[in-house]
This record gives sequence, structure tokens and C-alpha cells, in this order.
Amino acid sequence: MFGFRVPLPSLIGLVVLLAWAVVAIAAPLLVPYSVGEIVDFDIFGPATDQFWFGTDYLGRDVFSRILMGARVTIGISLAAVTLAVVAGVGLGMLAALLGGKFDSLLSRFFDALSSIPNKLFALVAVAGGGSSIPMLIAILALIYTPGSYRFARSLAVNINAMDYVIVARLRGESFFYLARAEILPNILGPVLTDFGLRFVFIVLLLSSLSFLGLGVQPPLADWGALVRENIGGLPFGAPAVILPSLAIASLTIAVNITIDNLPRKIRDRSA
Amino acid sequence: MTELVSIRDLKVEATSDAGRRIEIIKGVSFEVKEGEIVSLIGESGSGKSTIALSLMGYARTGCRISGGEVMLDGRNVARMGERARAGMRGAVVSYIPQSAAAAFNPAHRILTQVVETARIHDLMSEAAAKARAIELFRALALPEPETIGFRYPHQVSGGQLQRLAAAMALITHPKLVIFDEPTTALDVTTQVEVLRAFKAVMRERGIAGVYVSHDLAVVAQVADRIIVLKDGAVQEEGATGQILHHARHPYTRELLAAFHPSPRAGEPIETNPAAETPLLDVSDLVVGYGGLKADGMPQITAVKNVSLRLEKGRNLGIIGESGSGKSTLARAVAGLLPPASGKVSFEGRMLAPSAGKRSRQDLRDIQIVFQYADTALNPAHIISDILGRPLKFFHGLRGSEQDVRINQLLDMVKLPRALRDRRPAELSGGQKQRVNLARALAAEPKLILCDEVTSALDTVVAAAVIDLLKELQRELGLSYLFISHDLSTVRAICDEAAVMYCGEKVEQLTPAKMDSGGQHPYTRLLFSSVPKLDPRWLDSFEHDREAVSAA
Repeated sequence: MFGFRVPLPSLIGLVVLLAWAVVAIAAPLLVPYSVGEIVDFDIFGPATDQFWFGTDYLGRDVFSRILMGARVTIGISLAAVTLAVVAGVGLGMLAALLGGKFDSLLSRFFDALSSIPNKLFALVAVAGGGSSIPMLIAILALIYTPGSYRFARSLAVNINAMDYVIVARLRGESFFYLARAEILPNILGPVLTDFGLRFVFIVLLLSSLSFLGLGVQPPLADWGALVRENIGGLPFGAPAVILPSLAIASLTIAVNITIDNLPRKIRDRSA
Repeated sequence: MTELVSIRDLKVEATSDAGRRIEIIKGVSFEVKEGEIVSLIGESGSGKSTIALSLMGYARTGCRISGGEVMLDGRNVARMGERARAGMRGAVVSYIPQSAAAAFNPAHRILTQVVETARIHDLMSEAAAKARAIELFRALALPEPETIGFRYPHQVSGGQLQRLAAAMALITHPKLVIFDEPTTALDVTTQVEVLRAFKAVMRERGIAGVYVSHDLAVVAQVADRIIVLKDGAVQEEGATGQILHHARHPYTRELLAAFHPSPRAGEPIETNPAAETPLLDVSDLVVGYGGLKADGMPQITAVKNVSLRLEKGRNLGIIGESGSGKSTLARAVAGLLPPASGKVSFEGRMLAPSAGKRSRQDLRDIQIVFQYADTALNPAHIISDILGRPLKFFHGLRGSEQDVRINQLLDMVKLPRALRDRRPAELSGGQKQRVNLARALAAEPKLILCDEVTSALDTVVAAAVIDLLKELQRELGLSYLFISHDLSTVRAICDEAAVMYCGEKVEQLTPAKMDSGGQHPYTRLLFSSVPKLDPRWLDSFEHDREAVSAA
């Protein structure tokens, strides 16, 4: 018998996540106005029938800008987290399997990297390398690789001590087989959870970079950049500054609660 | 004598992860009189521990007592409030766990923990409790009873810790003590000492006991009455002598039969050792752990100058207690732990010290089977993948050819072919060990290193695995290097046995000597420490560990 039970909070999180995913993919078809077009003389306008989320500091439609911003925020973060986790897990398994000097050297190197404060590292790297999108992705990935490496390595070290890995080693199996067939399937669950959490961290770091003006550059705008450019509307309580912040919050909270309540595949072993 | 415990139609229910309810104890009834020791015996999953725990009104997480009554000292524990139960636990009924090492807090001194129950129940002053603890230490034959309590748990041996756990259970003068497999994790030579101490104290103080065990011979020594359990129901109940000599139930007979494995019916193979190259030749092997010292020897030496010879088609047993270096020896032969010095040759060719440098042929010829089938099978793979990989790796079999061979292998180890698509978690312990064996056979090896392959299995299942090993040997002409702490298993399968003690091979026994007991004092102690089904065995046991230390 197979049984799935999806708790309600997880369902809510999942729905929000899926909605954002659809928005990110289909944004150009959904936007009512072009993102760059000034559509209203009123700046920091309130939410109306015409402009659902009001207008921004130049009189552009905030709703359209948030939808297009989802693409940038989610796209960059997803690319960065994928790079970070693939590199971290790959190197982590390699270190666990090879052990010895290689493991020590790599672990100390990543320890050194992760001892630099995240935001400081990002600011210096952007100052040096510029803030093109590929550069942003590379920097964010580099910052979050050490954590992923540590996590994957500690899981892999435990699996590596199992008798079935010893049997495979005694057979003379290659590193690639050991990593892919013996270790990876047994660490995949926690690694996916870590992937989600790391995605949240990256969204937040990217948003703070953009908020400081060092992240995504105009004419493109991610959610952090939307908050920054409309910060002048804060005294008026303009939706232009509040709603991008809510977008960031809804995405990160949705990922968190989905992970916390991941539907556990439950199997009745006595059946 | 009056009845201290009376269990009527006890039912315990477990809720599975998917929310299904399963009855794991199906209406069990029995009594324990005052001062009587009753033993619950059965294989793992028979519900013996669950019943014992219900005597304290406790059910493990996910379980609950769903019916019946548990009368203890005139009160129904099953219907009692949690506060009243807590008042009885430790004071009226106490518990000795299987692993005392896990039951003691490593951060506190032993004496503090031993007297804790007496203080919680406010039964005596701290000074009185300490005095009583020391008196119990003495009664349990612990060394230095006045000061042993000031040590930390890691500073005493496993057998001593088990007796200290008994002192903890006995300090409050309980009416009933529950023993949950208290000697299962101990070596036979230690088990004897612990059993003796338990028996003496219980008899002297007239305390009633419920002794949970899977080992009939151990139970025969301590119990007045035996209750045989299977699948949560009582199969047979009777006085110890009656169960041992006039068992009626087929399951009880099976348990008894597993105790007398037929000795290896091997026709002595006539070989001239000098003329033929042995299959495995180990000479002056030194293996250790830790960095190398100045003289090139490892920090800790686990195997010291051991030499062995194994002829083709024969079996060599390696016996010793934990820490004797027997598993380390197997690991060195397999190439998992490169030896510090000495040589291992196979069919006359020298083997490289580490597996990584051995040829594929060498790796194929020697296979190792581990004790715990749970950790030896990858939980993420299905059985046909586990068996298919060595077939593809060593023999290049794919597709339908591989399928045919997997079915053959499953037939060989007597597993239904339907298990092909299951994962290890869906198999029983015995089935897992058979898959483990089948994987080794897939390589078509000449030598299989069996590292305690039956130690984690129930008696009846272990006996079946031994029979299977013998049968496979007849059919495939295998040789086994059979490592075990269990003499009767070794005797059942091996032509010769090497006895290891503190990293050294103290003696090599021929089959004739395996029955008579050998020359070395340690061998004699080891042989005499194995409990016999005779209830008088423990009382007549002569203790001569001193002779071993002297030798």
C-alpha cells in the first residue's frame, strides 16, 4: 500500500510556489502594460482598477514590473543555487570517497571561503567583477557552494562507512559509480531540502544586493531593485514599495513551509 | 506462594506510519509467583520485550496497551494513571536493559546514577542508599565495591556495567525485576560471570523476575518456568525441565533443534599440505590501527604475527571474543586494511596489501560477507540491481542473460524470485543475509570471508543460513574463512578452527580437538563458557579466567 498525506500548510506553500513558477515562465503573456512604459502622470499612485498594484516613482505599472521581476529574481536564484548545489554535492562526495589529504585540503579551503561574511564578499566581488547577470550568478553560486559542500560531505561520509560501499569498493568500482549509484541515492532527500533552503538564502542575498543598487541593473529590475527604486514612496504608503517586498516574503516563506512539511512517502511495511 | 503478576488477555496494538493498526500482542496470559523467575523466549518480533515492558505499564512509541489487564502486586498497571505508574516504576518493578552502556549517562559517576531511583522515590537517606549500593556491588561480585561507584561508565568493562545496571535496578528492593536480554551483547566468557551474579542475588533475596531472551541455554540456567512466544502469542508454557526435555510444540522443538547443529558431515579431504599450494596462505601477518611508530609498527596492533593456511574446499573457523582481532584479520585478507607486515598469498600468488592495487581476478576470487545485512545492502537499490551489478562488473552479463543468472542466484540461496523487485527494507533479517550471500556468489568466488554472518540472526534462521552455506559449498566447491564468536556455529561448518586471543592465534584446533576442548587455557575457558541446555550447568561451572591471564 502506498499512501501520501499532504499537510495543509505544505499545500498552501506549494500553491504559492507553483503560482510564482507559472508567473516566471509566462510573465510576457500576463503583463497588462510594457514594463518600461510610463502609463500614468500620477507617481506612487494607489491601487486602482486600471493599475492593480498602483504606479511607481516614474508612473509605470507596478503589477507588470513585479511579474517581470519574478523572472529575474527566480531565474538568477535558480541558476545560482543549481550551480552551488551541483558543485557542492559533487565535491562533497569526492572528498568523502577519497578522504585523506584531498579531503582535508578541500575542506579547509571551503572553510576559509565561508569565513568571509556573505554580503561583504558579494559587495567586493561585484565591485571587482561588475554586476552583469552571469557575474551575479557566478558570485552567488560561489558564496553558497561551501555550505552545500559541508552538508553533502557530512552526509556522504556517513554513507561511505556503510558496508555496501565497502563491498562496492572491494569489487573495484570507479569513483563515478560509487558516487552515482551507492552514495547519491541515499543522500538525495536531505540534499533536495538543502537545495530549497539555499534557494531562499540566495533570493534574499540577491534582493539585498539589488536593494543596495549593486545587483540587477536597469532596465532590468528584480524585486530587490523594485523596492529600492520606489523607496521614496514609503512615507506615502505607496503599494509600489510594499508589494515587491511582499513578493519576496511570499516566495521565501512558501519555499520554507513547503520544505518543512514535505510530503513524506509513507509505506506500510507490514502489509 | 502468591501471585505477584497476573497478566490476563493482554493485547498491544501498534499504529504504523500509514495509520494502520496492527495487533502485535494477541491476548497473552500468564502469572509470575513471588520469588519466581519466568522467562519469555522467542525470536525478534515475537513480542517478548513488548510484554515485558507492559509490566511497567509502558508501551513503546506508536504502541498502546489496547486490552486485557496487567495485575502487578494487586494493582492493574494497564489502567493506571501516568503518575501512579511512575510511582511504581523503580520502586515495585525495575528494569535491566540489553545495553547498559546506553542506559548509563556518560557524564555522571556510576554511584550517583545507581542511587538515583532510591532518592526519587524517597525510600531511604542518601547515605543509606550508598551503603546499600556498595553492598549490592559486593553481592554482584564487582571488583573494588567501595570505590567502583566513583568511576564513570566508560571506565568499567561491559560485563561490569551490566552488573552495575542490575545494582541500579535492585537498590529499591523491588518485588519484580525485568531482564531484557541483559547478556546478549556480552562475550560468552563475560556472560557466565554476569549470569552467576544475577542468579546469586535473585535467589538470595527472593525477588521475582521476568527474563527476556532468545537464548534457550541462558534461560535454562536462570528460569524456573519458560514461556515460548511467537508472533505475539504464547506457544507453550512449562517448567524449565519440562520445556527442555519434553517440549510438545513444534516451534519449541525447532528452537531446541537449532541448538544442536549437525556437525559438518565433510568427508575428511585427503591432502598433503606440503605438496599442494594452499588456497589461502597467511604468514606472520601484523595489522594495526593508527599512525606508524618509529620502528614501523602501528600505534595499536590488533593482529600480531598470525599465520594461517586454508586448503581448497575446506573451511577454517576463527574464534575469539570481541577485541580479539578476528575481524581485523578478515579485513586485512580482503585488502581493506593493509597489514603492517607479513604476507597474504592466494593460490600461490602474492596479494597486494590493499584492495585498490589488486587485480580484478584477485578481487573476484575473494568475497566478503558482513555481519549486518542491513548495512551491507544499499537501501536505495532493488534486489535485482544489487545482484545484477557484480554480474555486469565481473562477467559482463546484461539484459536477459543477467536476468536468468539473477534468478539462478535467488534459487541458490532459496529465496523466491518475486523478491527481485523489492528493496532491502522490505525483507526480513534472514532474507537480507541470503541476498548478501547471493551477491558474494554472483562474483563466482573461490573463497568467501564470512564475518559473523549469523550473529545478528535468530537461532532458527541462523541454523538455516548455516545449512545453506554447507549446501553451497558442496555444489560450488567454495572455501570459507568463517569468523565467529559462537563455537557451536564454527563447529557446525568448519574443518579446523583457529582460536584468537588479544590479537594472537593461541591455538589451531582439528575437528577432534574442537570437541575435547584444546590445550591452551583460554581455549578451554572459551569452550567451557558456552552455556549448555542443562539447567545445572551454571552452578557446576568452574571459573578459571586467572589461568588465562597467567598463561
